[in-house]
Parts: sequence; structure tokens; C-alpha cells
Amino acid sequence: MPENSLFTIFLNGVFIENFILIQFLGLCPFLGVTKETRSAVGMSAAVIFVMTIASAVTFAVASFLLIPFNLGFLELIAFIVVIASLVQLVEYIIRKHLPPLYKSLGIYLPLIASNCAVLGLVLLNRIQDFTFVEGIVFGVAAGIGFGIVMILMSAVRERSSLVNIPSSVKGVPYAFFAATMLSMAFVNYFEVIPL
Amino acid sequence: MNLWSEFLRGVTKDNPVFALLLGLCPTLAVTTSMENGIGMAAASMFVLLCANIIISSLKHHIPPTIRVPIFILVIATFVSIIGMVMEAFTPALHTALGVFVPLIVVNCMIIGRAEAYASKNPVSFSVADGLGIGTGFLLVLAAIGGIRELFGTGEIVLFGLTLIQMPIEASTFMIMPPGAFFTIAVLMALVNYRRAKLLERGG
Repeated sequence: MPENSLFTIFLNGVFIENFILIQFLGLCPFLGVTKETRSAVGMSAAVIFVMTIASAVTFAVASFLLIPFNLGFLELIAFIVVIASLVQLVEYIIRKHLPPLYKSLGIYLPLIASNCAVLGLVLLNRIQDFTFVEGIVFGVAAGIGFGIVMILMSAVRERSSLVNIPSSVKGVPYAFFAATMLSMAFVNYFEVIPL
Repeated sequence: MNLWSEFLRGVTKDNPVFALLLGLCPTLAVTTSMENGIGMAAASMFVLLCANIIISSLKHHIPPTIRVPIFILVIATFVSIIGMVMEAFTPALHTALGVFVPLIVVNCMIIGRAEAYASKNPVSFSVADGLGIGTGFLLVLAAIGGIRELFGTGEIVLFGLTLIQMPIEASTFMIMPPGAFFTIAVLMALVNYRRAKLLERGG
């Protein structure tokens, strides 16, 4: 398998470089909206959506605007503005044309603008010098990896409301303990899958 | 309300990580060693301080409806500056922190202080707040980085100087991602426990 085949990039994005558990990107929604599965699913769908579009748009911005005009130092400011306006735009379009989807994503869309996972994704795309297609594949994969972890975590936390735990561990510390276990699985700590 | 108490409030009662739960991503991602933690916290502190100064001195000129984009632009400017400075003077640290240097821009700690404090208070208090919150962040990152480095490698090396060496069997678990989650879970539970004890005694 060639080093940078699309399939490798995809697997990398979902598991090996999982955004939440390995790279620690997007911890705010990970703690904030995993109290119940419904909202975790909504947030994940919105993130997958925005990450895919953001990969495409920032690639265009970088290769047609920033690089030809030698504005590399403005990269960060340009990307953050692009993502913020993109999220606004996506929100308008969905509200107008897909009202049911808007209803389920509604409150999560604006939250994504300040989500470090999306900005992290476009910066990683630039650092790894991904082409247009590679960037989109990595974006989709990162979104799916994000979603898997969000849903796993919300299931764990829904169950935990039934368990009797010491009051000082309740809430965020408990979530971090659960994340420790999940992260051990994701880094293949016990070498269940021989590599 | 005096400057010193504003500074102390940022370190203890309003500690960004343990009390406000802000800036968790860099807290976990870059604390594989004490040195990285301190470097990251110092960079964030610079941005926080500069953003607080600019925003609190311009607070009467910023239209409230577009204040958040303006905050982000101010912050992004200082992040670009510190990114370039680090690349030029501390290239090793810049590489170690990687994508988390530009990501300071979305650190909710900084925009949170701009919105909640700097846009409502005079410049001198905003400076005290920025220094206090920044110091609180620095102490937490240094502590987490130190703990992970000590148990992960058996020693703490700070800027080429070996601070502590422990004759223990080091476990790479602590410098791997799960170790970060584990360390902050334990620390946060301890802080909560202590806080509950103090409340009990107070009331």
C-alpha cells in the first residue's frame, strides 16, 4: 500500500490520529454535549459536514489566494475568518433548504465556529501538504472519528448516571476517567491488534 | 477590588483549567513534558495579556454587534506574532508544540476573558486579570507536564537542567495520550474534593 493512499489517510483520520482521543482536538464539545446520545449525534453530524466543506474551501483559499500573492503569514487569520463565515453560510443554507436537518443541528452549528477541531483540521491539511482530494478524505475521516468517540462517550455517560460514584469524581473527572479507557483502546495500548 | 486580588483570583478561584474548564485542549495535548507545558502556557499568556490590553483600551470603540469577530481578529494577530517569534528563536519548542501554537487562537480561555472581563473593565485591571489567569494556566500546565514527565520518563528535565530523578520504573503510559486524560482526571477529582472540604469548613 503506498504511503499516502486515500484509504490510509482515511484510517489514519478515523482511528490512528483520532481527533479527540489522540490529538486532543475538540475537547469542549466532547465534555459539553456528550451528556446524552441525541445531542452527541447531532453535534457529530454537524462537525462531519463542516469539516468536509472547510477542507475544500480552505484548500481553495490557500492555493488560489494566499500562495500566489505570497500571503502565507496571513494564513491563520484567513482560515479563522473563512471558517466563521462558512459556518454562518452553511447555517443559512440549511435553514432555508433543509428545515428538518436545521432543526436537529440548529444549536450545534454556531458552536462549531469556535471548535478547535475544525481549525486544527485545516491546519493539519496544510502541514501535511494534502491535495484537494486527500484533504477532503481526511476531513470526512476526522469527522467520522470525532463522531464515533462522541457517541461512545455519550453512551458511557448516560449509563454513569445510574452508578453511585463519589461526589468529587462526578461530572468532568468521571468523563476524563472514561476517556482514559477509550484512549487506551485507540492507542492500542494492550496490543490487541498486533502491529 | 484591587489589582493584587484580581491577580490572585485568576490563579485560584477562577483558575482557567480547574474552575472555568477553559483551554483544555492544549492542557492535555502539549503536556508531555514540563518544558513543553511551560512554553505553551507562556505563549498563551502573552496572547492573553496583549489581547486584554488592546480590547479593554478599545472597548468604547468596538460596536457590540460585531465584537466577537473583532476579538478573534485581535487574538489571531497576536497568535501570528508569537508563532513567528517562536519559530525564529525557539525552533525546537515550536516544532514540539506543532499545530497547537496557531490553535491558541481558538483557545476559549482567551476569547472568554476578552468577552467576560476585558471588554468591561479598565486597562489596569485587565492586565492584572490577564497575568493572573495566565499564571493559573502556567501552573496547571507545568504541574501536569511535570507529573507526566516524571512518571513517564523517570526524570524532569527543564531547559537542559535535570531537576528531579526518581529511581522508579518509568511507564510510557503517562506520556501517551491516555496518561494525559488520567492525570487531569485525578487532579480534577482532588481539586473538587479539596473545594468541597473547604466549603464544608466555611459554612
